[in-house]
Formats: sequence, C-alpha cells, structure tokens
Amino acid sequence: MYRFDKTRLDLAREFKADPLGEHSPDLQYLLHLMRRPSDRPFPCLVVEEDDERWRLAFLEPGAKSPPRPTEVVFTDLREAEWYVFKLRWRELAGEELPID
Amino acid sequence: MSVLLAYADRWSCRPGDRIRFMVSGKGAERFDARIVRLRQPRAGRLASPFAPEPIEAPVNGSHPLRWQSIPIGSFAAVPAHPALHPEGSFALALLVWPTTPAGGRQMLAGTWCVASRTGYGLFLDEQGRLEGRIADGEEEVAARADRPLGARRWYRASLVFDRAAGSLEVRAEPLSAHGFDFDRPSSGRVEARLGPIRGPGPFLFAAAQAGPARGPSAWGGIATAFHFNGRLEAPRLVSDACSPETVAELFAEPLPARLATRLIAAWDFAAEIPSETIRDLGPHRLDGVTVNLPTRAVRGARWDGSVQDWTRDPRHYAAIHFHDDDLVDARWEPDLELEVPAQWRSGVYALHLRAGDGEFWVPFFVSPPRGTARSHTAFLAPTATYIAYLNHRSRFASLATELYHGRLLVLDRTDIVFLEHPEMGLSTYDRHRDGSGVCYSSRHRPVQNFRPTGRHWNFNLDLFIIDWLEHVDGDYDVITDEQLHQEGVDLLAPYRVIVTGSHPEYHSKEMLDALEAYLSRGGRLMYMGGNGFYWRIAHHPTRPGVIEVRRAEGGVRTWDAEPGEYYHGFTGEFGGLWRRNARPPQRLVGVGFISQGFDKCSYYRRTEAARDPRAAWMFEGVESEILGRDGILYGGAAGLEIDATDPALGTPAHALVVARSENHSNVYELVSEEVLVPHGASDATLNPAIRAEITFFETPGGGAVWSAGSIAFATALPWNGFDNDLARLTTNVLRRFRDPAPFAMPGERG
Repeated sequence: MYRFDKTRLDLAREFKADPLGEHSPDLQYLLHLMRRPSDRPFPCLVVEEDDERWRLAFLEPGAKSPPRPTEVVFTDLREAEWYVFKLRWRELAGEELPID
Repeated sequence: MSVLLAYADRWSCRPGDRIRFMVSGKGAERFDARIVRLRQPRAGRLASPFAPEPIEAPVNGSHPLRWQSIPIGSFAAVPAHPALHPEGSFALALLVWPTTPAGGRQMLAGTWCVASRTGYGLFLDEQGRLEGRIADGEEEVAARADRPLGARRWYRASLVFDRAAGSLEVRAEPLSAHGFDFDRPSSGRVEARLGPIRGPGPFLFAAAQAGPARGPSAWGGIATAFHFNGRLEAPRLVSDACSPETVAELFAEPLPARLATRLIAAWDFAAEIPSETIRDLGPHRLDGVTVNLPTRAVRGARWDGSVQDWTRDPRHYAAIHFHDDDLVDARWEPDLELEVPAQWRSGVYALHLRAGDGEFWVPFFVSPPRGTARSHTAFLAPTATYIAYLNHRSRFASLATELYHGRLLVLDRTDIVFLEHPEMGLSTYDRHRDGSGVCYSSRHRPVQNFRPTGRHWNFNLDLFIIDWLEHVDGDYDVITDEQLHQEGVDLLAPYRVIVTGSHPEYHSKEMLDALEAYLSRGGRLMYMGGNGFYWRIAHHPTRPGVIEVRRAEGGVRTWDAEPGEYYHGFTGEFGGLWRRNARPPQRLVGVGFISQGFDKCSYYRRTEAARDPRAAWMFEGVESEILGRDGILYGGAAGLEIDATDPALGTPAHALVVARSENHSNVYELVSEEVLVPHGASDATLNPAIRAEITFFETPGGGAVWSAGSIAFATALPWNGFDNDLARLTTNVLRRFRDPAPFAMPGERG
C-alpha cells in the first residue's frame, strides 16, 4: 500500500516543475492520494475574469451549495495547482512543505 | 447578485418557424434581450476574439423580469372522480420498493391534500415507517407502522379503513425473496370514527397535492409535496375493509370474484410502458398520466431474472421508479416569441440575456428550409449529445472530477447559479438523489452548460469548428441531430460534406442509419472529434428533445444500468454502447474511443501513410512532421477523449492512418471495454494502444471519411490565427471533400 513520505521532496519539485502532464509513477501515486474523494470540503477555482484570474474556493461534497471563496487569487492556473499541492502536503505531513 | 435563467421551446429552427423563449430571474426589474449569431466561443487571449454578430430582431430590447419556479419531481396523477372518494370502508394497497425510506416524509398514493388536510393517503414518515392518514374535513387520524421499511426491498403495503369497526390500519409485508436481512411485517392500528372521507381533487402516486400552484405547475394547476423516491407497482383500491389475507388476494390474477365486485381501481403500470399513460383495469377506467417522466421499464416485484427484455414479458416490469429530482419540462410561461425570418442565413444563433449583473445564453440553430441546402457543407450540431450532458451536476460533487481530469475543478458564475438551483435537474451523467442512474434528459428547462462561455466542452468547444468554418470562407449550413433523427438521410443528401462536432457521442438507430446511408451514396464525412458514435439512445415517442440512455454492459460511464434494465423504455431497443450492438464507431469512421485525460493535450506525428498518393493531397502546404503541438485548450490537438483504429472492430482494411498522437500523460487510461482483465499497465506511459489517429478512407460510392480522433482537435485549429499546419491539413480535406469528383476505392485505381 502506498504511504505518504514527507522526505520525498523530489516529488514536490517534480510537481512544481510541471503540475500538468506526465508524472513519474511515485508522483502519480501521491496525486491519487491527495485527490482521493472524501466527505470533506475540497478545493476548486472560481473564474473571476475569463482566462485571467481565478479565486481559490472550497466546495462541499454533494454539489448542494455554492463554493465558499477564500482570499487567495491566482493569475496562472499552474500557480493554483502548486498552491493546492502545498496545502495538501501540509495536511499530510503535518508541517509546511520546505519548498516555495 | 442577480439571477437569470432561460430556455427555448426548440433548438432546431427553419425560416418561418416560431421559437419561444422562457425567462426567469430575480434581483432586477427588467432584462435585456438581443439575438446574435455565434461565430466562435469566448475562449481567451489565444483564441479568436469573441464577437457575436448582432442580429436585428423584434424581440431585441428590454422586457419585464419575473421569477418562475421549476416544479421538479415525478409522480403519477389520476383526475378527480367520485369513485376515488369512497364513502364507506375501503382499502388502498400497492407494492413498494423505497430507495430513501428515511429521506423525509414521502407519499406513496392517495388523495391526501397537504393544503386542505383532507382525503386519504399512504405515506412513509420521517423514519421510513408506513403511515396511513385520513381526514373528513373536521378530524384527522393517522396510523403508523411499528418499524421502518428497508431500502431497495419489496413490500406489500396497505391502508385499510373499516368504517363499521371505526379503525384505520396500515401494514407492510416484506416480499423480497433473496438476502438475509432481518425483516418482518410491520403494522399499526388506531381508532378512526370519522364522517365521509372526502378529498378535493385527484389521486396521486409518489407525491401529495399541495393546493393550487402559485407558479408553474407540473400537472393540473396544482403544487405537489412529499415526493417519493422508489418504485411502486400494482396499486389497488377497493371498497372493502380487507383483512391482511384479503389484501394479499388483491394482487391475484384473476381477482377473486368476491373482491372484483368491490374493486374501484387496479392500475397496471406494465401497460403502455413507452407512454406517459397509466392504465386502470377497474370498472371506472380511471386512467392517469405520469408527470416529469419517472423511469419505466424497470424491474418489478415479480422479476426473477428469467426475463431481461421488458417487451418479452412486461409483467416483470410492472413498476415505475419515481424520483424527487425527475424533470422533463420546467413548464414556464413564454416571455418572447420570434418567427425566424427567411433572410437569416443558416447558422448558430443565441438569445443573449442580461439583467443586473446576471447573464444567460439560449443558443439555437437555424437550418435552411427542409429539403434544401444553401451550401455544399453542413455542420451537424450534435444536439443529442448536448442533451445527454445538460446540467451535469456530479462534476461538482466531489474530488473525483479532479482525479479523472488531473487538474483542479474550475467553476464560473453560471455554474454557481446552477449549484444554487438544483431544481434545474440533472444530466444522464448523474445519479438521482436515491443513487439510481439518470437515464432521461430533456432540453425543456434552463441549462447551465449549453452556452458560448464557460468550460470548453460540447457546444462551447464545437464553436471552435464554427470559428474555423467562418475563417475558411463562411460557406456552411447548420443542421442538427434532432433533424437527423426525424428526417433521416434526406437531411444529409443535399450536402457534399458533413462536418461533425467535437464529441458526437450519442446516436439513435435512425441517426446512425442515416449517416451510413449518406456515406454509401457518395457522401463525405469529416468526423472532427473524439469519442463519437459511442452510446445508443432512444428518443421519446412524442416529446421532441427528450432522450433515453441505458448504460448497459460496458463503457466509460458514471453509473451502470440496473440488472435486467438494459432495454430502452421509449422503444424497447437494447441500450448501451453501439459496440455492444455490433456497430462500433470504427465501422463508421475508422476510429473509436480508446482513452481519455483532461490534464494536458498532446500532438500528432505524421506517419508513412501520409505519403501515400491517396492521402498526399491533404498535406499540400503542410510542412511539419509534428501537427497540433499548440492548442488553445491544454496545449495540443490530441487529447481530452481520443480515438484509435481497430480492424477487429471494423476499421476498413484500406483505411490510412496519416498521423498518430504520442506522449500522452499517465492520466490517460485505456477505456474500460478494452481492459477485460485488469493488469495495471493501462495508462499512456505504459500502453502504446493509447493514441489518437487521423484516419482517412474512401467509400464504395465515391465518398470518403476523414476522422480527427480527438475532442481537443478543434481547439488547435485557431492557433496563431489559423496559420498552422493542422488548420491547413483540415482545410485541405474540407476543400477536397467539397469537390464533386468521386473518390476511387484503392482497388479501382488504374
């Protein structure tokens, strides 16, 4: 069974370099773990300006209510992927990812 | 924040047709409307500028805005009749298979009116216990069973009012023959000394009447409440204070003579399954209607696996499955009406609405007069596929979307309005609230994902194809799936080239037959997408714009049909993949669905076959070996859902694969129908079967087929202002396909 390993900073660096597209098997395992559906609110992006600006928000599972917006805004979708990756890493590791 | 929603009564128009627009909103007093012709999607900085063409129309201007609610939830209704209100003792009995027994108060059947608190009704209470309720206008009595019903188990449920004894009793007898759950009869009895039980109106199944509707009504001008989730079968109403043994006898065939004389009604839900009629076999002929299209052709209490096709023995399918989130028609009052002028060119149009800070689009298609063409080229709008996807709610329901797509879920304001208004209903990609799959979809309601904005998928991605046709020379007509189903090959015959959408996934037999007939008569088909011709659908026999999908046997699917329910209720045809009906897409267009991924798109590499003289003409002016490396959506032309050839599934032996994609990510997995034995080597980094293939072949009648094999293909055409090799290749194909000179089959060449 795959288990999260907070010493595998190489996977974080790999994701940061290319958050979309082909990943190494170990990074793909980690992403599957991070994206596993649960009963907790999950992150999404709300378009503020078409193709220009997106706000991080959280949706309740079940699609029964609108997303709850945060104060975090992105102008690049790759930045958004990296930001959420860091959030999830912190949750799994119990500490901040030591990579900006 | 203003809310604005709208829909039209038709999507396919011809000059002289009248189209009505229904509008609803709040947060503003008025809305502005204008007709536009759509020539491209709103797709950001890299795409063609979004510039809908203003069209003069009498509906353009400012109009008063009002709120119209949506009466969601299915039920069945029998119009009021004196026999439905027995003065003496009576019994109401039926078979019930609840799916959300603890999901809130639900009415199974009766005349009970929530507003006037009169009539009689058989309910499930908040805990899922059977409850009978009667009232004479002065006094109200309720009897409740002592334990709840289980979910997805059959029960014989009854309400018996014994006027002589002054009692009301309810009873539920478990009928399920399989399984080892602990279950036993439940019952409840109370004293009931009332005057004549009267109700003001009709008899309903699966909902209670709630007085006159204050807005749109699904049926009869009434509002409804306490909708039921689950199946009902064989309701009986008799003027007799039945014992439990006698209640069981009510379901015997034939009915014992002593009970037949007391029969008021015996509804047979196995009769006329494709229709919206319910038949009463009793002496009063108390026929009724289903409302909001509950699911028919579903397993009933009698089903034992000996019948899989409901048309063979409908008695095994004598149940109707009701859902509190069924919706076939929002039934709004029209706000605007327009006669399509003769001078409008064929094309993709929309009513663009604004109110306060709200915006909404209602697209529609204008075709030439029937039997005529104004161009040699027709874009075939895949309206059946659009309908299948309308209001795809489960996309927003969990992290599963991010898992499948390999990227974060993105929503815009229209998506959020949709989440705030679940009464807009569901798509055939969703499950009902009770977990059962949604097998019907209708366009007669406001929809969130049929617009030139937002996520690039289906309609909003097909506008890239329109953009390309506009760029080439603007010489094209627009026709639709709905017309294809109704008119057959006659719709296609006037055209030299049919250009498909990016994802023409759903086809009825009539549609597929028409395309095959067109090709066999020398027609040319440009299949501009991926995962086409995949699922079989049935159209409703009397309601245009309503389709049915049974997700049977296999295929990539978000739900699977229940055992024994693989046959369409509308037509009796076997549903599921066309591949399972021995008509795989590879037979029609050379390629078929092989994989999907939504994180990143890739490119094609030219093959040796591209140098074959049969194909060389399409590469004139095309210099690069790599095609479609850049795309407006996710970076390339090959992606989202992709198709490959397979001779075993019918790719013609002479088909040429002129370009093949490579380098897809590990989000791309083989489709499930290709993985009979799971082996773990099914993603694109390990499995070479995953590729998109641009494929060409001639047909014996002088026609030809050219397939792109990728949904993302169209998004790469406008790259760099259409100055790219992929656009040149595609335009070469269009021009040659417009040329009437017949294609020769390889063996026919001198």
